Amino acid sequence: MGSENGAAVCAEHVAKHYRMGEAMVRAVDDVSLTVKPGEFVAILGSSGSGKSTMMNLIAGLDRPTTGAIYAHGKNLAEMNSGELARHRSQTIGIVFQAFNLLPRMTLAENVELPLRLAEVDREERAGRVNQAIERVHLSGRASHRPSELSGGEQQRVALARALVNKPTILLADEPTGNLDSKTGDEIMTLITEINQSGVTILMVTHEQVRAEKYARRMIVMKDGKVVSDGGQR
Amino acid sequence: MKMRDLTELAGRNLREAVLRNSLTTLGIGVGVASLVAILSLGVGLQQLASSRLANSGLFNAVIVMSRENMRGGFGRGRGMTADTTASVPPRPLDEEARKELATIPDVAEVYPEVRFPTGIKFGDSTYPTVVAGVPQSSKGSGAYDGIEGAFFSGPEAQEAILQIELAKQLSPNPNALIGQNVTLNYAERQALAASADGGISGGFSVVPHEEQLKIVGIIETEPATGAGGFGQVRMMIPLNVAEKLQAAQTNDLRSVLGGNGGRPNYSSLTVKVNDPAQVEAVEDNIKARGFGAFSLVDASKNLTLIFRVFDTLLGSFGGLALVVASLGIVNTLVMAILERRREIGILKALGASDGDVKKLFFTEAGCMGLLGGIFGVVLGWAIGRGINFGANVYLHRQNLPSIELTAVPVWMVVFAIALSIGVSLAAGLYPASRAAKLNPVEALRYE
Repeated sequence: MGSENGAAVCAEHVAKHYRMGEAMVRAVDDVSLTVKPGEFVAILGSSGSGKSTMMNLIAGLDRPTTGAIYAHGKNLAEMNSGELARHRSQTIGIVFQAFNLLPRMTLAENVELPLRLAEVDREERAGRVNQAIERVHLSGRASHRPSELSGGEQQRVALARALVNKPTILLADEPTGNLDSKTGDEIMTLITEINQSGVTILMVTHEQVRAEKYARRMIVMKDGKVVSDGGQR
Repeated sequence: MKMRDLTELAGRNLREAVLRNSLTTLGIGVGVASLVAILSLGVGLQQLASSRLANSGLFNAVIVMSRENMRGGFGRGRGMTADTTASVPPRPLDEEARKELATIPDVAEVYPEVRFPTGIKFGDSTYPTVVAGVPQSSKGSGAYDGIEGAFFSGPEAQEAILQIELAKQLSPNPNALIGQNVTLNYAERQALAASADGGISGGFSVVPHEEQLKIVGIIETEPATGAGGFGQVRMMIPLNVAEKLQAAQTNDLRSVLGGNGGRPNYSSLTVKVNDPAQVEAVEDNIKARGFGAFSLVDASKNLTLIFRVFDTLLGSFGGLALVVASLGIVNTLVMAILERRREIGILKALGASDGDVKKLFFTEAGCMGLLGGIFGVVLGWAIGRGINFGANVYLHRQNLPSIELTAVPVWMVVFAIALSIGVSLAAGLYPASRAAKLNPVEALRYE
């Protein structure tokens, strides 16, 4: 089904269960959703609702216990670990709440990392790194290390790194969670711009106000299930 | 990930924990150094022994003796069995035989062993010793490379080379003897005419004789001058001169009693072969002609085998240190995985495959192995030089000539570095696969 409707992301009865001692934790429980190309979807929910687990499954960082996830029609469950790595490298860009930049690398080197992993030619890399850095308005800071940047700037570097390999889907896990209100809005504006350039956005957040302001569709999760899918606004 | 990127990232990671990685690399280096130092000693000793033996001129020579003379004693060498030679009648080792042997393919020259007891008069004293004739071709054999003074100026020169022990007897300052004359007292053989009653013919009388010779050189060790025999040769003179002296030799008595008509028989002939590889073939050819023959080919093969076993044993001990050092790599990389857990998660989130992560850790292990290997080779070479220096200081104090006790050939450098990298990669196998198997979600959660 997912391969037929041209969806950017399609989840069909996805479940992810963990065993914690004697107890079985149902982090994601029979979730089905479809995200069309170019959509800006916010997945809302409180802590433990399963939204981050859902994002990890879509990213191919984890595998569902049951169900299937399609990205542009390709079933992630049928991919081996190498194909999943290629999926993360070529189709997906990810930003995290904690930025997850490598501290000993400069801004430019951090942004260049996905290109190294994707074996992009050295000659091509410099141009693409500069382009990505310009896109997040950090030209002139390329040689700085993450410790020399503010939180907002670090998240912008993370965005540049996520975009440098020209992904079609951007997954953002609480991208403003570590930022103040003003900086958070700046990042959200940037993500909106990225969305307007045609990149599908799936953002996991617990900030309803911000989600309502920027996202065009909101999915609410609770106890591993989708309790509300607002549809396209 | 491309190799260049892997190497860059690995280098960056290694610099990040520079002290720990340097110590690990140093450990590998010490392991490689012990291996190289021990092996260089083994190889050096082998080369020393081989060159000494090669210089002796015995490895491209076949010693030919009359077959009767060889029975029950000297020359029970390769092929000296009854079945190979029994069908061919024994032949006397005379001038005719000498000419015949010279016609065998691959034979460079044939010369007799001329070796006789003598007394050397120098000053007021006479010193008993043994004199041997040496062919002019020996000059280029390497046996006289360390000579003080010079080799004979020509094959007919009335000159002598002394062995150092004799020279020391003659003078406390042996080098001062060069250019001085000595008098050789020897027993000249004079043939007797056949007796009128038809008795034993071909006998000879022995007449004392003297010959003046100029000392031109002094040599440390006695070069091989043929099949050997009684006494240590301590004076060498040109072979042509020695032959012309007609000095009585031990085999002369045998010639007379053997009833060969008084024709001189050689005690042995040395057949020099162009290529040591042809020694066996020439030896067989000579035996087929009814002569007894032996060479040191088999001895040299055994020597090589013994040294290989020796090197393997030494290498095993040296290799143990490297194996112990490799445990340091395992420890360092396992620690690195713990410290870089989150980084591994980030790399995977950005598109690194399990293989990329594995290769990254492998490259780090390989880099440590390469650097440790290079450092170890240099250190091992330096230790070898140190051993060499110490040994030569000792030899110098004992008034003995310098030697090269250790050797680090190119193959050893390549082998040591390759082994270091190989052992390091093997040590990196477990940490690398452990890193590759890390769950990226759990790794990203790691603080």
